[in-house]
Amino acid sequence: MKQSFAQAFMYSPNSGSASIKEEYTITVYTENHIGLLTRISIIFSRRKINIESLNTSPSEIPGIHRFNIVIHETEDVVKKLVRQIEKQVEVLKAYYNTNDEIIWQEMALYKVPTSEIAAKAKVERLLRQYGARAVVIRNDYTVFETTGHREETDQLIEVLAPFGLIEFVRSARVAIIKASAGFHEKLREFEQAEPGEEVIENEYLDKQQEVFSM
Amino acid sequence: MEVATAPATANTTQPIMNITGSEVVIRSLLAEGASTVFGYPGGAIMPIYDALYDFNDQLQHILVRHEQGAIHAAQGFARTSGKTGVVFATSGPGATNLVTGLADAMIDSTPVVCITGQVFAHLLGTDAFQETDVINITAPVTKWNYQVTDASEISEVIAKAFYIAGSGRPGPVLVDITKNAQVQKIDFAGHTPCKHIRSYRPKPQVRSEFVEAAAKLINEAERPYILFGQGVILGNAEAEFKAFVEKSGIPAAWTLLGLSALPTNHPLNVGMLGMHGNYGPNVLTNECDVLIAIGMRFDDRVTGRLDKYAKQAKIIHLDIDPAEIDKNVKATVPVWGDCKETLPLLTNLVAQKQHTAWVQRFRDMAEEEHKVVIQDECNPQSGEMTMGEVINLLNKLTNGNAVIVTDVGQHQMVACRYATFNQSRSNVTSGGLGTMGFALPAAIGAKYGAPNRPVVAVIGDGGFQMTIQELGTIMQFGADVKIIILNNNFLGMVRQWQELFLEKRYSFVDITSPDFVQVAKGYYIDGQRITDRSNLETGLQTMLNHKGSYLLEVMVAKENNVFPMVPQGCGVAEIRLK
Ligand SMILES: Cc1ncc(C[n+]2csc(CCOP(=O)(O)OP(=O)(O)O)c2C)c(N)n1
Ligand SMILES: [Mg+2]
Repeated sequence: MKQSFAQAFMYSPNSGSASIKEEYTITVYTENHIGLLTRISIIFSRRKINIESLNTSPSEIPGIHRFNIVIHETEDVVKKLVRQIEKQVEVLKAYYNTNDEIIWQEMALYKVPTSEIAAKAKVERLLRQYGARAVVIRNDYTVFETTGHREETDQLIEVLAPFGLIEFVRSARVAIIKASAGFHEKLREFEQAEPGEEVIENEYLDKQQEVFSM
Repeated sequence: MEVATAPATANTTQPIMNITGSEVVIRSLLAEGASTVFGYPGGAIMPIYDALYDFNDQLQHILVRHEQGAIHAAQGFARTSGKTGVVFATSGPGATNLVTGLADAMIDSTPVVCITGQVFAHLLGTDAFQETDVINITAPVTKWNYQVTDASEISEVIAKAFYIAGSGRPGPVLVDITKNAQVQKIDFAGHTPCKHIRSYRPKPQVRSEFVEAAAKLINEAERPYILFGQGVILGNAEAEFKAFVEKSGIPAAWTLLGLSALPTNHPLNVGMLGMHGNYGPNVLTNECDVLIAIGMRFDDRVTGRLDKYAKQAKIIHLDIDPAEIDKNVKATVPVWGDCKETLPLLTNLVAQKQHTAWVQRFRDMAEEEHKVVIQDECNPQSGEMTMGEVINLLNKLTNGNAVIVTDVGQHQMVACRYATFNQSRSNVTSGGLGTMGFALPAAIGAKYGAPNRPVVAVIGDGGFQMTIQELGTIMQFGADVKIIILNNNFLGMVRQWQELFLEKRYSFVDITSPDFVQVAKGYYIDGQRITDRSNLETGLQTMLNHKGSYLLEVMVAKENNVFPMVPQGCGVAEIRLK
C-alpha cells in the first residue's frame, strides 16, 4: 500500500474524460407544488453545478408548470441531472437540448438618462439597429427593452455604457423545443393508471444504437 | 411493495365522522396497515399524541429516548418486516433529530413515513418557539415531503406518503403537520389508499427487447458473473433471483445490503463484494466477460477505482431506478424494471448451464483467502479474542436463523463477512451512510418487525455510545434484543486507516468506555463481560437462552485489522489479503 493518502483521495473518476462542455437547456414539466423549486435547484447545487439561468412559467397545459434551466456542462453530466430531476415525485418529464435544437429568447431592460439620449441622435439609431423599444420615457430616465440571444442583449450594454447606463437587467432564457409536439398527449398517458404500450417512458432506450455498445 | 399493491380499503360506506385532524392522522395510519409507531412527543405534536391515547390498543407506540432512535427503529422495522416504518416527532429539535435517519433511509432505500408536528400555520416564518424549516432541511434526504396546514389534506397526504415511501425504489417521506390542522375538526368519510400519482412512475415499463439482448449476452458468455444488491430484497424477488441463479449456473456475489437475499450456503453464493469483501469476488470482477448487476448501484465502496473496474466486461444492469443506469458504470444492456418482473423473463430465456471451471476459480480463491485471512480470524487457537471468532460461534449457536443488526466499523465488516444466513431480510446494517449509532435502535425496530425471530445486534464500543440511551427503550418496552459489544477499545476502523495510511498517527481514536455491563444493569438489562476465550461460547449461549434483552461485552484484540481490503483509490483487483 505505497500509494499516498492524498493521492487516494484526489483521484477523480471524471478526470481525463474527453467529453466537452457546452450549453444545454433543460425543460421540465411539473406539477405546481411548493418546494419543488428547492428540490430541483439542490440537484444542481449538491453537485456544485452553476445554474446559468432559470425560468419557471405556466406551460401549454393549465396547472402544469414548465421550468427552463440553462447550464454549461458535458452531455454525460446533463443526462444524469435530467434523470435525477425526473426522479422527483412532482416532475412529469424532463428534456435536455443543445442550442441548435431550440428556439430561445431572453429579454433585457436598460435604464438610461433621458438627457443623454435626447442630446445624441446617434442613440436612437443604435436602438433601432438593436431592435430595442422604449418602454417608459420620463424627464429623468428612459427604459428600453430588447429581446434576443445573449450576445445581442450583451452588445447593447456595451453600446449604451458611454451614455450612462443606470440600470440593466436581463430575464432568464425561455425556450421552445423545435422537435416537441407539446405535452398534451403525454399528460393524458400519465393520467392513466396503466399507461398504454405507446407511452415511451424509457426514451433513452429508444436510441438503441447509442445504448447498445456491444 | 406491500403498501403500493394493497387492495384499496376505501371506507366509503363508513358514516361521516366529525373529528380532529389528529384523529384523522391515526385513523389514516391504521387504514394504511400501520401497527407500530416509534416516536417522541412534544408541544407541536401534542394533539396527535392526544388522539393516540384513545387508539393505544390498535396502534402500538414505542417511546424512544431520542428521535434519531425512533427513525432508526422504524428503519429496522421496515427492513425485517418489509412494511413501511412510521415515526412521530415534534417540531424544531424533534424534527432535526430525524435528519441522520432520513439520510440513512434515503441512501439505503428504506420505506419510512415520518410525521412531524409544526407550529401553527399563522406562525410559520416568525421564528416561533420550536419552529424550524423542516421541509427545506429535509428536502435532500427525503424521497418526498409535504407540509399540511389544513386538516382536510391529511388523509390524502398520508395516503400519498405511504404510496411513495413503499413503491418503486422505496425511501423516506416526511409529512409536517401544523398544529392548527391537528386540532381543526373536519368531516371525515374514511381513508382511501393512493394507487396512482400522475407525475410519479414507480416502475419503468419492462422492454422485452432489452431482456432478450441481456439473455443473448448471458448465453454467449463464458465467464458470467452476478452481483446482487438490496433490490432483490426490496422487490421481494428472492425466489425469482434464486431460480435465475440456479438455471444459469452463474456465480453470484452480494453487496453489503444484498446480504441474506441468497442463503449463505448456496453453492453459487460466492461471497461479498467491495472494500472488505471476499478475495475472489473482487479479483474476478476484472476477469468475467459478462457482469450482471441486479438491484445494486455500483457504490464506490463496491467498485473501488472506477477506471479500473470491470473494463473487460459487458455489463447488464437490472434496476428499478432509471437514474441508476449509467450513473457510475456504463451498462451495455440496461434492463429497467422491477426485478420481480424482469428476472423471470430473463430466466425463461437463459440456457440451463453449469460454469464449473469458472465457479472453481472462486472456490480456489476462497481457499486462499481462508488460509491467509479467515482461518486465523475465525478460529484462532491462541492469543487475544477476535471479532471473527465471536461471529463464527454465533453462527454455530443460531444456525443462521438470527436477524443480525450491525453498527458501523470493523465489527460491521467482520459480522457481514462471516455471519451466515438462511433466510432473507436477516441482515440490517447502515450501508450507504455508514451511520454509527444505527444498530441499537435499528435492532429494537427489527425485533418489532420480526417478533418471532432472534435479533442480535453487533456493535462497536464507539458506536454503542452514540445511541446508548436506547437501552431505556428496551427497559420500558421489553424488546428482546441481544446485544454483543465487540470492544476493541478503539474507534477501530479509523485506527486501521491511520495504521495503514497515516503511519500509525493515532489521532483521537483511543476511546474509553464506561462499564457497559453496569450501564445495562442500570437499565435492568442483564449481561456479562467476556475476557477469556474459554467463556465465550457459554457466554453467547447464556445470552441467546436469556429471556429478554441481554448484553454481552466481548473484549477483543485492540489492533486487529479487517482484511482483505481494497485500499481507497485502488482497483478491485488490487485487493490486499494482508
Ligand atoms: C456518526 C458517525 N461518526 C463518525 C463515523 C466515522 N467512523 C467510521 S467507523 C468508526 C469507528 C467505529 O468505532 P467502533 O464503534 O468502536 O467500531 P470498530 O471499528 O472499533 O469495530 C468511525 C469513527 C461514522 N461512520 N459515523
Ligand atoms: Mg471499537
